Amino acid sequence: MMENNRRRFLKVAGIAAIGLGASPAISFASSDAHGAAVAVKRKNKEALSAHRWGMVIDTNKITDEIVEKIIDACHKTHNVPDFNHEVDEEKYPETRPVNHKQEVKWIWEEEFHNAFPDKEDEFLAERFHDLPFLVTCNHCKNPPCVQACPTQATFKREDGIVLMDFHRCIGCRFCMAACPFGARSFNFRDPRPFVEEIDPRFPTRSKGVVEKCNLCAERLALGEQPHCVEASEGAIVVGDLDDPESEVRALLNEHYTIRRKQSLGTEPSVYYVM
Amino acid sequence: MNKNLIITGLVIFVLAVLSPFWFNIVTTTQAAPEPELLGKAKTEKKCVLDKYDMRANHMSLLDEWRDAVVRDADRQYDAANGKSFGMSLSTGENSCLGCHEDKAKFCDTCHTYASVDPYCWDCHTNPKEIE
Amino acid sequence: MLEIAIKGSKNYWLWLVFLLVVMGAGTIAYLDQFMNGLMTTGMSRDVSWGFYIANFTFLVGVAAGGVMVVIPYYLHNYEKFHRITILGEFLAVGALIMCLLFIVVDLGQPIRMLNVLLYPSPKSMLFYDMLVLNGYLFLNIVIGWKVLEAERNQVEPPSWTKPLIYLSIPFAIGIHTVTAYLYCGLPGRGFWLTAILAPRFLASAFAAGPAFLIILCYIIRKFTKFDPGWDAMQTLSKIVCWAIIANLFFFLCEVFVVYYSNIPGHKVHIQYLLFGYHGYTALVPWMWTSLTLMATGAIFLLIPQLRNNKTLLPISCAMIFFGAWIDKGLGMISGGFVPSPLHHVTEYGPTGPEIMITLGVYATGFLVITILYKLATQVKEEVRG
Repeated sequence: MMENNRRRFLKVAGIAAIGLGASPAISFASSDAHGAAVAVKRKNKEALSAHRWGMVIDTNKITDEIVEKIIDACHKTHNVPDFNHEVDEEKYPETRPVNHKQEVKWIWEEEFHNAFPDKEDEFLAERFHDLPFLVTCNHCKNPPCVQACPTQATFKREDGIVLMDFHRCIGCRFCMAACPFGARSFNFRDPRPFVEEIDPRFPTRSKGVVEKCNLCAERLALGEQPHCVEASEGAIVVGDLDDPESEVRALLNEHYTIRRKQSLGTEPSVYYVM
Repeated sequence: MNKNLIITGLVIFVLAVLSPFWFNIVTTTQAAPEPELLGKAKTEKKCVLDKYDMRANHMSLLDEWRDAVVRDADRQYDAANGKSFGMSLSTGENSCLGCHEDKAKFCDTCHTYASVDPYCWDCHTNPKEIE
Repeated sequence: MLEIAIKGSKNYWLWLVFLLVVMGAGTIAYLDQFMNGLMTTGMSRDVSWGFYIANFTFLVGVAAGGVMVVIPYYLHNYEKFHRITILGEFLAVGALIMCLLFIVVDLGQPIRMLNVLLYPSPKSMLFYDMLVLNGYLFLNIVIGWKVLEAERNQVEPPSWTKPLIYLSIPFAIGIHTVTAYLYCGLPGRGFWLTAILAPRFLASAFAAGPAFLIILCYIIRKFTKFDPGWDAMQTLSKIVCWAIIANLFFFLCEVFVVYYSNIPGHKVHIQYLLFGYHGYTALVPWMWTSLTLMATGAIFLLIPQLRNNKTLLPISCAMIFFGAWIDKGLGMISGGFVPSPLHHVTEYGPTGPEIMITLGVYATGFLVITILYKLATQVKEEVRG
């Protein structure tokens, strides 16, 4: 009898626990005193939208000077730590020396044969040899990083942007192994001592999470163009790849463009006008 | 001898379990501080939810908000009471800190008292703290 | 049954204290890593996995290797393995605990670990790895415990353990297959992108696991009155022999494919490991040592006179074990990351704290294995006595 009772109790308790898990703990929609109105979450009215965001980089218009401006604009506004920055000893005492191999970067410069290792060519036109190639997250249509992530902390948004949820990332770095473009950085340490001036419009990151280019999702939401586009003096255009009338599609139509490691089938959304 | 051992063990266990009470007996406790409403928040009167709901559930609301902003790109919250808010801790007039101007007096007093240490500010910044 | 573990000789206690000291040192190193982040390790933006994940991979193999005694005994009624089956299962328990610890110490945000359960992601191989590793651990604890308990009471093990034992066999294959799938499903990593990775992992696992078991049998014979049986050890050594030969053969297949096809993205990694790349040669001596150890060990085990030599057998097994450890622990992970997808070379070596944490994890695993083996050998002594 005892045994039976205990068993019954456990059964009921178990079922109750499942039920609790299934229903949300509280519902804010119905928490109004009158119970009539319902809360709604929506996009900003001024937000820019697309079916699939993409980027076209015109390598003819890129100079060393513009490259520097772009990287600076992106990294400053996204509070990307700079390991060359001298740490404020008063604010962050006893900061340990940095390991530059553990750096963080969202957009940076590479030579042609590093950006496009499968297109390496000993007779490559000299012009391309010396050109700075800007590389960043490709916001792939079939992102291997998203597939690898065990918590969906990295995910592809409806509009094609591959994003990081820094709140959810457990820092397993599977996405870094999965990315064929080396686009991801891990916060091996607290980045704050290495951010010269924190921009309060964007969060810094904590140690132990992965980060990368977010195609300025926070700017698009305000109806503004990404920082790299603004700083690029017309060399970078961002727009809707699925819209035949868009500026990016017009550029793709007019010029011969290449993408990084196309043969892998990840379908990068960043195009380079050659 | 076994019996004595067991009883001593039990007594120690009970004493240890009740340690919070002993701690409270020897230390003085303070009444919970009231979060201070200043500036805009004081004149505005109406927040996302009513006062008591907010006190009890703001953490779940913020959790829901951050998923909405990061994952669904929804950044506006039209509350059931008819008011609109930017779903952000610290950016913009319509955000939490946009209205509750003083983080130290609004967030921190209670959190310190309740001994909770949310990691929001490890990453997010209070614009007023940057000079 | 656990009371057996708290009665032991002076040597037993000295060994436990030693392990606890190493665990303590590892914990201190880990606390520093926990507070300051993985900056304390030698990992970098380009080599984002290092010693922890490498040892994890190797130990998954050791755990899976336990199945090499389970299959002959339970599927083919190979009676000579009767006495060592429990040793294989308990070795798997210890190895799996180390695996799980290695995953935890590798995480950047270990506190958020349970997000894996909170947001299950069936497209991620890590999700399945978590399922099979925990499943196999659970199976081995239950099976090992119940079978040993039955032996102590001199009754048949409960009948429900049989299906669990059969289930543990695909699980053993599963843990190492899924672990290989973590790597070989990634499009941009030419070194791992090979269908033979899972078979290769299994081959090296079926060599390293039983090789370690043979060494453990020697230790048991030296320190307890329990004799695992020379015949069983001989059969095991034949398993080790053929598994390591298969492993070497699979590696040869890899080398042929990358060099004959001459596809740069696949070739560079093996080039880096075996001969160095653009002057970077950190792993070259290690890889050749590994190959030499594995090949010599295989030859020693292949020749009956040498295999039957009671002094040489543990040495051959140790050679194979360490050869396989270097192959998987140093070469397999670093080799995949060097050169990087952008063809930059960033070499990797573990730092002091990283090695200390690794040793701490190993000490924890050995503590578990020691206690479980203490139970197993004592029960077997009692029953015979």
